[in-house]
Amino acid sequence: MDASGDVQDLHLLDLTKAFGDFVAVDDLTLTIPAGSFFALLGPSGCGKTTTLRMVAGLEDPTQGQILLGETDITHEKPYKRHVNTVFQSYALFPHLDIFENVAFGLRRRGIKNVEPQVTAMLELVELGPLARRKPAQLSGGQQQRVAVARALINQPGVLLLDEPLGALDLKLRRQMQIELKRIQTEVGTTFVHVTHDQEEAMTMADTVAVMNKGRIEQMGAPIDIYDLPQTSFVANFLGQSNLLSGSVNSGGDVLEVSAQGQRFGVPSNRSVVTSGDIVIGVRPEKLSLAAAGEQVADGRNAIPGRVTDASFTGVSTQYLVMTPWDAEWVVFEQNRASAIMRPGDEVTIHWEVRHTFGLAPAEAV
Amino acid sequence: MPAMAPSKKSSASTGVGVRRRPRTAYLLLIPGLGWLSIFFVVPLISLFATSLQAPTGKNGVYQAAFQVSNYAEAIAEYWPQFVRSFIYSGIATVLALVIAYPLAYFIAFRAGKWRALLLVLVVAPFFASFLLRTYAWRTILADEGFITSFFNMLHLLPEQRILNTPIAVVLGLTYNFLPFMILPLYAALERIDPRLIEAAGDLYASPFTGFRKVVWPLSLPGVVAGTLLTFIPASGDYINATLLGAPSDRMVGNAIQTNFLQFRDYPIASALSFILMAIILTLVFVYIRRAGTEDLV
Amino acid sequence: MRWLRKNLIPIIGILVLVYLFIPIAVVAVLSFNKPAGKFNIAWNEFSLSAWQNICGVPGVCGSFVTSLEIGLLATLVGTIFGTMIAFALVRYRFRGRSTTNLLIFLPMATPEVVLGSSLLALFLNLAFPLGFWTVVIAHIMFIISFVVVAVKARLQGMDPRLEEAARDLYADARSTFRHVTFPLVLPGILGAALLGFSLSFDDYIISAFNAGTLVTFPIYIWGAAQRGIPVQVNALATLVFVIALTIVLVSQFINYRRRRMLEAGMSAD
Repeated sequence: MDASGDVQDLHLLDLTKAFGDFVAVDDLTLTIPAGSFFALLGPSGCGKTTTLRMVAGLEDPTQGQILLGETDITHEKPYKRHVNTVFQSYALFPHLDIFENVAFGLRRRGIKNVEPQVTAMLELVELGPLARRKPAQLSGGQQQRVAVARALINQPGVLLLDEPLGALDLKLRRQMQIELKRIQTEVGTTFVHVTHDQEEAMTMADTVAVMNKGRIEQMGAPIDIYDLPQTSFVANFLGQSNLLSGSVNSGGDVLEVSAQGQRFGVPSNRSVVTSGDIVIGVRPEKLSLAAAGEQVADGRNAIPGRVTDASFTGVSTQYLVMTPWDAEWVVFEQNRASAIMRPGDEVTIHWEVRHTFGLAPAEAV
Repeated sequence: MPAMAPSKKSSASTGVGVRRRPRTAYLLLIPGLGWLSIFFVVPLISLFATSLQAPTGKNGVYQAAFQVSNYAEAIAEYWPQFVRSFIYSGIATVLALVIAYPLAYFIAFRAGKWRALLLVLVVAPFFASFLLRTYAWRTILADEGFITSFFNMLHLLPEQRILNTPIAVVLGLTYNFLPFMILPLYAALERIDPRLIEAAGDLYASPFTGFRKVVWPLSLPGVVAGTLLTFIPASGDYINATLLGAPSDRMVGNAIQTNFLQFRDYPIASALSFILMAIILTLVFVYIRRAGTEDLV
Repeated sequence: MRWLRKNLIPIIGILVLVYLFIPIAVVAVLSFNKPAGKFNIAWNEFSLSAWQNICGVPGVCGSFVTSLEIGLLATLVGTIFGTMIAFALVRYRFRGRSTTNLLIFLPMATPEVVLGSSLLALFLNLAFPLGFWTVVIAHIMFIISFVVVAVKARLQGMDPRLEEAARDLYADARSTFRHVTFPLVLPGILGAALLGFSLSFDDYIISAFNAGTLVTFPIYIWGAAQRGIPVQVNALATLVFVIALTIVLVSQFINYRRRRMLEAGMSAD
């Protein structure tokens, strides 16, 4: 089944939605390229679902435009726009069987012979034998696939997915992540996926946009955002980060930053600011621990501390280390070294300069 | 669920949840509300007008007037009926609550897969004629019957009989309106998460304290709805008093019925109706306010 | 003793159910009676004559059919009007909402004698002839409120996403109503209609005030109670009860079986 015939870019221009005084989506401008798997990631109340509902036509924008390719669909009725949605908790019609659920959109558009298309679609999601069951007779994962099939069969320009895996248990969620990715590759439709689960977003999407308070904080490939967050919100919402405020002493390819009486190196191409106040950060898995007094290789950033907690998780050990200025740093160490630190041990945290990133100070935690 | 959390708000602004075109709403309302206005509100006004009419001298024919004395006359002559009505229906309501609660509790928490069947059985009496069921109590409570003899053996009956005494009337009222008590109680109890009761037990509440502090307060909306649905029809009923009571047990419903349909004293009958409704509505609103469940409707 | 304490609530519950059914059992048993005098109150002798000749007494079946006609007509109109109001209340914003709610609530908070007598006062003042139509009018009036309450609850319990999904899938307003909203609300409407019909069919007080010389089934029974209720009335009432209970129980059983199959179906996958 190929639905990529009329896949077009989706443009949001200065899109705003206010509910009374509350601005849910604030002046959002965004282009989602045709055929991509795009994730809108953010915490509850960040405006991601409202954005999705405006694209679907279920919510009327206060301001701004929505374009599908060249066509302005901002105020098009939902049943007229070529956009379909996989709803949170699926919203399958309980009184119709699976076949009729999937055929619903085709029938409403007046298509007479729906049988071949519905059968093909049910094959795609591997539900052929269950066509005559009612939604209540299906497991959560099967219902999820019906919801996808019901939307996809209309060959929408964009498929919207509103927390599509939220109702599934962890194991099934993993399975469905792979499944959805497979379907997307197979049909080539643009998928816009809303989730609060950072792991889900990173696993499936080509592009992730992290949303906070109605705005997009940062957008890019998952690996790029993770490696180089540009705000402290992103640094902490997408994975964990250790942050430290200081100020830039001197520029160059590697900025010299002093903080808490110590000096640190930050690559200038990995920093949002190059002078004045700065917040430096590093991901926990980039850190190593050495026993206090042990020699740390030259040219690495290092800070002293005392282990307050060590949890062994199998693959790695997670340490909490208290710094002299009473901040708790998180350290993930793979269990390759023989020596495992214990709470109370005095240690040195050290990491490579190239793993450090710099953020603007206003963002300080 | 982000941003959508105030889902009421959002659905208010969309086309599907709540629509904004009031014209369609009025078109939908007109037939039903029109009907209720013409055949409920206008009759109440008509009833009030009738309650102030004066006799013309011809039996059953009255003329428009402003004879407030009809009310004084109605109260003077029928106050015992009013008192009896409210005492009988009050006792019946309390009895119904006491009887209905265990059954509703049982269906809500202990019935398992029998729940649907038991609910059918609770409403099943509606499928059998109200009048015949009431009349059947004459057989059950008959003077020579098993029940009357049993209580007589214990010397518990002041008049040595049940039939044609206030006891029979109250029993009949309790019986007839019991399903109206069970259903709202069940609806309220069913919404209580059984884990709350377990949590109460876990937090050192004895079963009785657990009930008093957790189940009972949460079931109050059901108690309020059930007592109203029992008390209101019971206080205006005259079928039980007629079929099961003695002439001295007549209630206000009897007075209204005989004045309207036999004596054709429409002004007095209307005044009685109006007083009854005024008392009941006052009680209902005070009760709802006191119980703090104003969103009952 | 422990056993008793553990099972006290179920035991009381079942006793209450028994209490609900005792009078019905009495009605049924007496339908096989051959009464000694004219009052069919005490058991005398087994007889099938009432069942063999169920319309044998003049007026019984006639009044029964009258009540059926009134019930069906009043239920049809009352259900349509009530459903419309419920939709308006749940789906639209308009001024006068609280007045509407009050107008729905008041008839349910008004004793039947008052409803019946006030309508009679109106009909008398207008010199409107009492009979079949005045009873139908009265029944529609009290059915509307019950329907509004039941349908409103059903509508409010419906997931709004279902209708959004329909609109998302190319269904316009009319199509959404026809293919999604209405089928989903229908069970609630049918339940309300069933309740309305049984209230109408069994109503005595309001009918008695507005029937004039018309005789409905309850009015017939009331009149007969003075001079002895014919055994045929017991037979007819028993028949109605058994048929109605059977229909409801069978539909419940089918529901139950279906649910069981669903559960089996789910665990099989």
